[in-house]
Amino acid sequence: MDSCLQTIGDYGLRALGYGERLLPRSDFTLCQQFTLIGSGMLWNIYFGVFALLAGFVLAVAVAMGKASSNRLVRKPSEWFIFLFRGSPLFIQFFFAYFFFLSLKGVSPIFDAFSSAWLGALIVLFLNTAAYSGEIFFGALKSIPKGDMEAADAYGLSGYAKFRRITFPTMMRLAWPAYTNEAIFLFHATALVFFSGFPARQQRGDALYYANYFADKTFNPFVPYPILAGYFILLTLVVILSMGAINRRLNRHLGKAPKLKIRPTLIR
Amino acid sequence: MFSFCTDPSTLETYQWFACYFTTGKHANFYWAFVTVLLLLAVTAPTSLAMGFGGASAARSRIAPVRWLGHGYISVVRGVPDIAFFLFFVIALDQGLEFLRHSALCPDWDQPIRQGNDFIVCDAAKLPLGNAPQWVHEVYGFALAVFTFAIVFGAFAANVLYGAMQAVPRAQLETAEAYGMTHRQTFWRILVPQMWVYALPGLSNLWMVLIKATPLLFLLGVEDIVYWARELGGTANPRFTDYPHGDWRMWYFLFLLVFYLAFTRVSEVVLERLMNRLTHGQATTGGEAQRKAA
Amino acid sequence: MNKLILSTALLAIGAGAAFADGHSVVRLGTEGAYPPFNFLNDAGEVDGFERELGDELCARAELTCEWVTNEWDSIIPNLVSGNYDAIIAGMSITAERDEVIDFTQNYTQPDPSSYLVAAGNEGLNVETAVIAAQTNTIQASFVAEMGATLLEFASPEESVAAVKAGEADAVLADDSFLAPIVEADAELAKLEREELIGGGIGMGLRESDGELKAKMDAAISSMKADGSLNALIEKWEVGAKF
Repeated sequence: MDSCLQTIGDYGLRALGYGERLLPRSDFTLCQQFTLIGSGMLWNIYFGVFALLAGFVLAVAVAMGKASSNRLVRKPSEWFIFLFRGSPLFIQFFFAYFFFLSLKGVSPIFDAFSSAWLGALIVLFLNTAAYSGEIFFGALKSIPKGDMEAADAYGLSGYAKFRRITFPTMMRLAWPAYTNEAIFLFHATALVFFSGFPARQQRGDALYYANYFADKTFNPFVPYPILAGYFILLTLVVILSMGAINRRLNRHLGKAPKLKIRPTLIR
Repeated sequence: MFSFCTDPSTLETYQWFACYFTTGKHANFYWAFVTVLLLLAVTAPTSLAMGFGGASAARSRIAPVRWLGHGYISVVRGVPDIAFFLFFVIALDQGLEFLRHSALCPDWDQPIRQGNDFIVCDAAKLPLGNAPQWVHEVYGFALAVFTFAIVFGAFAANVLYGAMQAVPRAQLETAEAYGMTHRQTFWRILVPQMWVYALPGLSNLWMVLIKATPLLFLLGVEDIVYWARELGGTANPRFTDYPHGDWRMWYFLFLLVFYLAFTRVSEVVLERLMNRLTHGQATTGGEAQRKAA
Repeated sequence: MNKLILSTALLAIGAGAAFADGHSVVRLGTEGAYPPFNFLNDAGEVDGFERELGDELCARAELTCEWVTNEWDSIIPNLVSGNYDAIIAGMSITAERDEVIDFTQNYTQPDPSSYLVAAGNEGLNVETAVIAAQTNTIQASFVAEMGATLLEFASPEESVAAVKAGEADAVLADDSFLAPIVEADAELAKLEREELIGGGIGMGLRESDGELKAKMDAAISSMKADGSLNALIEKWEVGAKF
């Protein structure tokens, strides 16, 4: 037990570069596998949380853009959504890495872009913005006509109407599908070190370490189920926190409707 | 392929490319597109069947079956598909061989696990050790289809479960009032009506499935991404008649266009299908169609 | 799984004798992406040093052999679960691997690993540099232990591309793999410094498969004795002769 605490101390933050420099190379224990794969989860959480937060803002903008009557705004939004929803994330990662590498030649400002922490985050951010943009757009289209007419009748217009009526209603309608998108986004973070972006100093995500152990122990039946367990936990946390937000969004309804993951999954 | 291809280094550009694109290696690349399309064609109905089973189980009146259904849906949905793909195929293969081993070789006295080795008697091997290569390939392909079906079956089950719940209660109650059994209500009332509710989710799932095919190489099927990487990588003059630099960019660009076109076509077809299905239905979509007409 | 496609090279030599014992067909697993050891030629078939070697070994051991390609990552798990019978994929004999699988005697001399750098960067101090290597290779563990900054890529191709793009300062890989690349590209060069890691390349077999190991060992010995192995090594330039 003590040695396991020791292992956690050594490897708990290994994915971020703290603790023991060398990964375990022989006599692999279950504790080591749990600790390192868990340490890698920090990256999955980092990618997921930041891409989701930044993507949310862009998604609202893109959804409004796609609904706009101005061609110059609508067309780019439509193309953005089409490009990122129509192609596999795997191929997007590959292209992004290529693109960022060539940018490096232009100016040293772009140096950081070819490392996973920034480059992959940008891809995930754009990707989730496109998917959520489509979800929000769908929700925008299904706002009951009466709500908008009532807003007009109250003399609301422009930004005030958007902030007080359009936006909150859109969110309420989109939330179940958006929860699904959030789950998928966290799962997609496992692809980062699998396609294009290199792992630096053996700092990788959960899948990277699971793969490391599978390769060193030659036994895939231990590390991958551990990884799966961590992801199921993460998914539960996502569902719970999105459910909490859902209750807040619907607090005016008295007893909030239970968050039902609707049969429309968007990704 | 062409008679002038005997010495590629002397050819003019367009001839060089004509030869280059018709090498045996490229034929494998083109064949991989067929493989991917075939996989989609087989996996889609299989996942739908798995999904139907899962959703029905989740609605079952027998508690353990219900738990099983819900468990299947939430566990598979909770794990990234890539993690699943990485170990599931080996597990499945060993599981099948173990079952055959227990059935076919009852008097085998050695342990199945010898250290790290997984050993079953020769008769239990899948496919048999002396089977021709195409049997191995078909078997590998079948395992890949099955793995995809398990993963996407869980998503389909989720969609179908939601669709079954969306069928108005009154319809089912009426059926029961008419004296239909549970089985009859399920097959004659619930199932025919749920498809309209399920279609948006299922079409999304189809798009997801298309976009998951680049992960096929993890399952040991040499797919288009595998060949794009293999063909696009720097070709050294010592090992090929067609040396070139790093062309992966162009090959991946081609894949990108392929996927965009494929998803676009699917989108259009599914939209038409949805229009057909909603025609005359008492839903918002059907109402809109009626007004527009 | 991973029973991949590719050339089904059925060698019809001595088929009668081959069916006499446990292995009617011996399946040889390789990666197909590591020239000159193994790669796919223009026709899409497995080719290279190990292709010729494997075919010759099978002929001498009077076995019918078949080639299969498999991703490097899962090449050992698929061997132990019985999807093919031998790995012949430029795999260095290491103590770690030897615990899980068996190796035949080595059929190449221990091959030094060298550093590939951009031309003009030959004065690089590797200990403080950023060094690229393929994930899960002996070179990757070597760099990690040395303390230089390690960048891991899924394929050797990507690690070379990283040096050209300036992402990494050097690639550490088998000398036989890097030599033809340097030869073909004037923008790349090799460092003088070499690292001796690994104990030569051998054929990997399941530990329970002593019979096949004995046959292959005998075939390799006979090829070493009559000089035909040296001729192959010379032809494909895969290190020093025996």
